[in-house]
Amino acid sequence: MTAEAVWAALDEIPDPEIPVISLVDLGVVRDVAVDGDHVRIEFTPTFLGCPALEVMRRAIEEKVEALGGEAEVAVIQDDSWSTDRISQAGREKLREAGFAPPTPRAAGPTTLVQLQSKAFRCPYCGSTETRLENIFGPTPCRSIRWCESCRQPFEQFKTI
Amino acid sequence: MHVSGRAQRLLQIADDELILGWRDSEWTGIAPTLEEDVAFSSIAQNEIGHARALYELAAAELGSDADALAFDRRPDEYRCAQLVELHLMDWARTIARRYLYEEADRIRIAALKAGDDAELAGLAAKIDREETYHRLHAEMWAARLRDEPRFRDALEELWPYALGVLEPDQRAELARRTGLRVESTDIVERGPHSPELAELWDEMTEVRRSVPGATW
Repeated sequence: MTAEAVWAALDEIPDPEIPVISLVDLGVVRDVAVDGDHVRIEFTPTFLGCPALEVMRRAIEEKVEALGGEAEVAVIQDDSWSTDRISQAGREKLREAGFAPPTPRAAGPTTLVQLQSKAFRCPYCGSTETRLENIFGPTPCRSIRWCESCRQPFEQFKTI
Repeated sequence: MHVSGRAQRLLQIADDELILGWRDSEWTGIAPTLEEDVAFSSIAQNEIGHARALYELAAAELGSDADALAFDRRPDEYRCAQLVELHLMDWARTIARRYLYEEADRIRIAALKAGDDAELAGLAAKIDREETYHRLHAEMWAARLRDEPRFRDALEELWPYALGVLEPDQRAELARRTGLRVESTDIVERGPHSPELAELWDEMTEVRRSVPGATW
């Protein structure tokens, strides 16, 4: 078993909440180390309040076991996951599915003024005439915005 | 159970986050607007996620697990501050608590981030990023309600409880941030619990107590 084979297998696991992107696209797999049959995977949670974390962890273990390996999933609870880790391909898949991808992480904390700025593009029509409807959405990682141009609500990935 | 200073500190913060998360979740379905229903549900879920991460650090030290720490202790073994225990089914008081709690929590998290404990500092940095969104929500509401007498009264009522969330050397900073005064305030210190905690605990642990040891 090679690390490449494990990465490829993990890339087949859909995000439990937003199945259009894989866990690899989401950037939650930080490292894969293969030692014979033993596979150590470093997993960085997205939001700590995400109810899908346990599901992701189990899916990783099952995938490695299907390859004939023995998985050790180390959960890394530090600041190393950021929405900046979502791959370019993942961002495009999010957009196609109607989720506006996150804006880049800034040096300082996000402000309300930033959230109310015109930097957010509607994933349906591309307009930047959008406004913040609710900082919070159906999962901890999403906000709700409204597009003034095509008059539809859409979900915005929160920057973290 | 012998609990080190570190584990004790972790349990204090984790208990605050769990119990406040539970209280905030009580607005699910009945908040004044649909947006707030979503906001409170999401904030509550995230605070409970923070509690879980902190319990896991404490559990590694105590040879326990996060669920056991969250649900298998007796009410008098919890280390939360009374601010988070209060049953406040009133919007002005609920917002006042969210605002005061977030301001206190911000000071506590900053101290953990700057501390020598690398594991805890790393987790605090992650929590801090997520809390940004809770703070924006609390600040927005505090700005909106600041001239409302009901909100002013609620801030004054809860201020002695808010001070009790923090260590004595962190309280001046909370006063500076909120414009309230530490002097001549009869602080409700962490330690004794309100009767409301026992009622909350009864409800929160009911399912788990009904079938001890079950896997859900």
